[in-house]
Amino acid sequence: MCDVAFLLLTFFILTAKLRTDDPLHVDVPASSQILVVPDDNISTISVGHNKIFFGIEGTDIRKALLEEMGTQYKTHFTPEEEQRFSVIPTFGVPMSQLHQFIALDEEGRKTFPQPGIPVDTTANNELASWIYQARLVQKNLKNQDLRFAIKGNAKDEYTQYKHVVDIFQKQGINKFSLITSLKSK
Amino acid sequence: MAELDTSGGGKHKGGKIRSKKASTRIDLTAMVDLAFLLITFFIMTTTLAKPKAMDMVMPDKSKPDVQLPVPETRTMTVLLGSNDKIEWWIGPAGSPTHTDNFGKDGIRKTLVEQDKKIQATHSGKDNYMIVLVKPSDKSTYKDFVNMIDEMNIAGIQSRGVVDITKPEIALLQRDGLY
Repeated sequence: MCDVAFLLLTFFILTAKLRTDDPLHVDVPASSQILVVPDDNISTISVGHNKIFFGIEGTDIRKALLEEMGTQYKTHFTPEEEQRFSVIPTFGVPMSQLHQFIALDEEGRKTFPQPGIPVDTTANNELASWIYQARLVQKNLKNQDLRFAIKGNAKDEYTQYKHVVDIFQKQGINKFSLITSLKSK
Repeated sequence: MAELDTSGGGKHKGGKIRSKKASTRIDLTAMVDLAFLLITFFIMTTTLAKPKAMDMVMPDKSKPDVQLPVPETRTMTVLLGSNDKIEWWIGPAGSPTHTDNFGKDGIRKTLVEQDKKIQATHSGKDNYMIVLVKPSDKSTYKDFVNMIDEMNIAGIQSRGVVDITKPEIALLQRDGLY
């Protein structure tokens, strides 16, 4: 029994990928696709409840991305803030609230009412900037073309999803993935 | 149960009389407890069902001139309405419309049947069916994903996602799907 227990333990340690808490709860639709979402070089955009959240893999990418975004929006992020930002997998706050959001601890971030990344006006389309800068950073650091995935809420209207696709198409991203769960038949 | 016994076997016959060895039985209970605790922890925190990705390819909008002429008789237009309902027709706008729903006997059957029909009535190499999906404002993201998935299942390669037009919304309204 002891042996079996340790065998199981080893198995779980080796296969473990810690479950990350999604700040935006989305219920993804089911499909018959069996392609697995890759673990790296991917940015996930969660859409649901009229909010849009942005997430990207890789701590080094996140650090560089925050620096670039700071330059673009003329606000300075300290190295400590970049360090703290690099462990946030997904977020949905406008640039104006980002300093405040980064300063919170993990528990505080969970309860912080994240309003989503603004996309409504064309002049202040922060999501488009995040996407654009993320692609630049990924290209500069890893020389890879960043892949995108949309994680949409099944019950929400199609128009919310359309907003994101419109941004993609404006930047010439014509290939992306939709995250689904496996349909049980 | 969970202990290790490394003390010698039975009594030695004859021979020298040795001093009595201290027992080397180690109590492993604590270690096993810890192992099970860790197992529980890892079982709880791992994600076994990894999310699946469905690839989407959209046409390049920066080159509007690279559009192939599409024969209307081979085109199936699918409107996504409210309440998970679909309205579709074959051919140019104004053709008789049909209302359908998702599922095995719904749009999937329709796609396969219509594809066969079109291939039978058209000759030449390019006789496949072209599906245009037009999601309305009232349709949900789930409907859209379902529709793409049904086309994947039915093996419809040539497809497009197009913005819905006013007359088409009027059609949906007429049938109470908007």
